[in-house]
Amino acid sequence: MLAREVIEDLIKVLGKENVLTEQEDLLTYAYDATAAMKHHKPGVVVSPLNVEQVAEVVKIANRYKIPVYPRGSGTNLSGGTIPSEDSIVLSMLNLNKILEVDHDNLTATVQPGVIIQDLNNAVQQFGLIYPPDPGTVTTATMGGSVSECSGGLRGLKYGVTKHYIMGLQVVLANGEVIRWGGKTVKNVTGYDLVALFTGAEGTLGIITEILVKLIPAPEARKSIMAVFDDVDKAGKAIASIIRNKIIPATLEIMDKVTIQTVEHFVHAGLPLNAEAVLLIEVDGYKEVVEREAVLVEQILKEEQAADVKIAKDDKERDLLWLARRSALPALAQKRPTTVLEDATVPRSKIPDMIKAIRKIADKHKLNIATFGHAGDGNLHPTILTDERDLDEMKRVHLAVDEIFQTAISLGGTLSGEHGIGVAKMKYLDWEFGEAGVALLRSMKEALDPNYVLNPGKIVRRD
Amino acid sequence: MSVYNSLDSITEELHKCMKCGNCMAVCPIYKETRQEVAVARGKISLVEFLLSGEAEMTQGLAERFSLCTTCMACNNNCPCGVRFDKIILAARAEAVRKKGLHPVKKIAFTALKMQRMFDFGMKTGSMFQGVALKHVPHKSDRIARMRFDIGIGTDKVFPMLASKTLRSEFPEVVKVEKPKMRVAFFTGCMINYFYTDIGKAVVEVLKENDIEVVIPKGQGCCGIPASVNGDVASASALAKRNLRAFEKLGADALVVACSSGGTAWKHVFGELLDNDPQFKALADKWAGKSYDISEFLIHKVPFKKEGLGRVNRKVTYHDPCHLNRGQGINKEPREILKSIPGVELIEMKEPGRCCGMAGSFSLVHPDLSVQISDRKTADIELTHTDTVATGCPACRLQLKSGVENAGINEEVVHTVQILAESYRAGKKK
Ligand SMILES: Cc1cc2nc3c(=O)[nH]c(=O)nc-3n(C[C@H](O)[C@H](O)[C@H](O)COP(=O)(O)OP(=O)(O)OC[C@H]3O[C@@H](n4cnc5c(N)ncnc54)[C@H](O)[C@@H]3O)c2cc1C
Ligand code: SF4
Ligand code: SF4
Ligand code: SF4
Repeated sequence: MLAREVIEDLIKVLGKENVLTEQEDLLTYAYDATAAMKHHKPGVVVSPLNVEQVAEVVKIANRYKIPVYPRGSGTNLSGGTIPSEDSIVLSMLNLNKILEVDHDNLTATVQPGVIIQDLNNAVQQFGLIYPPDPGTVTTATMGGSVSECSGGLRGLKYGVTKHYIMGLQVVLANGEVIRWGGKTVKNVTGYDLVALFTGAEGTLGIITEILVKLIPAPEARKSIMAVFDDVDKAGKAIASIIRNKIIPATLEIMDKVTIQTVEHFVHAGLPLNAEAVLLIEVDGYKEVVEREAVLVEQILKEEQAADVKIAKDDKERDLLWLARRSALPALAQKRPTTVLEDATVPRSKIPDMIKAIRKIADKHKLNIATFGHAGDGNLHPTILTDERDLDEMKRVHLAVDEIFQTAISLGGTLSGEHGIGVAKMKYLDWEFGEAGVALLRSMKEALDPNYVLNPGKIVRRD
Repeated sequence: MSVYNSLDSITEELHKCMKCGNCMAVCPIYKETRQEVAVARGKISLVEFLLSGEAEMTQGLAERFSLCTTCMACNNNCPCGVRFDKIILAARAEAVRKKGLHPVKKIAFTALKMQRMFDFGMKTGSMFQGVALKHVPHKSDRIARMRFDIGIGTDKVFPMLASKTLRSEFPEVVKVEKPKMRVAFFTGCMINYFYTDIGKAVVEVLKENDIEVVIPKGQGCCGIPASVNGDVASASALAKRNLRAFEKLGADALVVACSSGGTAWKHVFGELLDNDPQFKALADKWAGKSYDISEFLIHKVPFKKEGLGRVNRKVTYHDPCHLNRGQGINKEPREILKSIPGVELIEMKEPGRCCGMAGSFSLVHPDLSVQISDRKTADIELTHTDTVATGCPACRLQLKSGVENAGINEEVVHTVQILAESYRAGKKK
């Protein structure tokens, strides 16, 4: 139980209606979208309406040394928003205004509770887009996606969230408010703190305003599907497309297990005997798209695709992408627990990684499906399991360990886009070594000496 | 095992939920409150905590389960196919088993009593209304506002009780020359007591299509207000009463013009009477021949196109949740509207977005209901139409209240009323 005076102080700042204390409400903030994770009921949930209130909440937390867990929509997949008992959950959802769209400078300024798709809807009328598009565009917040540095389907051509963040307003752990960055393309004044807070998972400061870069919306797009009877051939095709200087907006891969599951789920016409399917989309000016689509088709055939299909219209395009979008939900239906990883390797190592995952699955007698963003090397090995089966869960943990080992040994990284949170904390020294982890820790302590901001995530307190 | 009897019936549905949060994108309540408890994921977690013993069934929990318009938008947007409509019904039934019915709902919706109250209102007629409601002058709808607040606000605009119930205005069997078919009409409460104009339009259109209409006097409320709030006993009693009444007169098909009534006949009666083999068989038999009026006029007996006269209206159509997502009927009403000469159909932004009425939801959560309604009203205003058509009297009430309070000049009617108007116009020529 949180002390009464803490709650009273919070109510003084926020008003009763923005402070939730009843069990029935608190329980609904004990979890997020991460599977097989222990949940904890917080002591209070607060929803500030402005930056001043955020700062006051952080000050109160510091005064009483109570952890604060910032939360957007709670869709992250690394346990990033799971609170500890008797902590403060800081819901950012009431800060949900788009403050400015500046079509001269191609920027927008938003509050952190704005939903990504709402920003896109607002800039559409100017012919602009905000490209980062995680699978959760219609639900995830700007604050959450900046804090995770979310990727998405278009990473290959358009990059990820960090490539679009130009400035931030942040409430520091001591309650001070800073602004960093701005509307200029060039800015080398001081350390790049905008980059530091982007992807910090709420462990260094609370983001209260975001200045993003917008780009012109592509005029046209074309989708292509290629079927392979061999993962290596698919890998060669990926390399060959890029070598020919075509950068598709999207270049996705699905392995055999995924293909079979998805096909049974949505009947999108995927071949059940294929070893791999590539889904490719090129976008840009109409003329360029036409030319690139033909080129891609030619390359795929040269690389011995068993079948190549170009979507003729929007309906065919939607069917192709329905298959990809259904990958996770279809897999999730098969077993009660779905452990979704995002180990990432250099693009050229995709076939090696997929084959290694196959071996790991066989070795531990697990059902693992792999799909993901082949173009940027970001794979989603997905383990289908049941968290109530303790023996199987043991094997799941072993398999996860081995998947990460493999990714790192192939020159890759633990997490491409889902973040470290609690889920991947223990693997950090594999990638950074102990000195690297110590540096992370000293940065955390420099900015948040009392560990009040999202403690227990990314770096453990010694 | 049906959702009305035990929480165990939904464990499979609960397992399907992967907590992805996709339901947040569409939940009308979550859009207003932005609190996790409002959305399906939050309530699913609460049920799971209840089953695991981490939470108890408290009055507070029961109140959280009341936070849902049962609009089924989350069902449709769920990548895992979670049937949240089943989960919420089961949770509410459990709440009533453990905690009894919500006090406000008890007053207004102990379903069996409701009928008596309305019948009493009909007898005392204008006197009862004069005391409680203030008439709002309007050209097409007889509407009124609450004079004093009985806990649901004084803003809501209500339809006036009709001077005569629909069922008292017609014989039990409305004959036509050379009938093609004999069709039973389930009126539902709102059409019987308030919106008799919808009921009359249904009879008129069916007669126009050479169909004999049977309106059993013994029919009652569909029981949905009771069943969605977990009052399973009342709902089952009403289901039986209705089945008996219709079985007695018999018919080739049954039509309804209200979205909950359709859901009741097609799905709910059978689920409620799952444990009663005799009534279950009866419920299934009638479920197989129950049609929404627009569905009936498009698929069962295609309505006559000759004789349709001109109706000059700019119409926008609101999809009632339980007609659209509940029964998959959204093309049919539009097809009817488009075939009427003079009608121009202009779609609003999100025609399938819940209007926020949801029966007793609007009584228990009046402020939320109005907030949700305001978004609908704003979307309607942007269409610059003069008429809103819909397929459900409950939606009509909410939509009318919304446009009236916003001062927008817009008539709100059931689709079938415009069709009847067209047949009438056709005769004048
Ligand atoms: C089905 C599904 C598909 C997904 N697909 C993708 C994908 O394709 N690509 C991808 O990258 N991710 C994906 N994700 C992960 C997730 O959706 C993203 O990380 C998303 O951006 C998180 O946003 P959120 O608002 O839910 O943040 P939350 O989950 O609420 O929070 C994420 C982190 O940010 C912190 N935080 C939140 N707001 C603030 C703030 N204002 N200031 C400081 N810290 C804050 C939290 O403490 C937490 O550590 C997917 C998730 C699901 C469930
Ligand atoms: S969309 Fe479906 S699976 Fe996802 S959280 Fe909501 S109910 Fe659960
Ligand atoms: S049925 Fe409608 S109101 Fe209820 S939780 Fe689902 S989306 Fe929200
Ligand atoms: S009143 Fe109509 S729109 Fe509203 S919940 Fe009911 S069926 Fe849906």
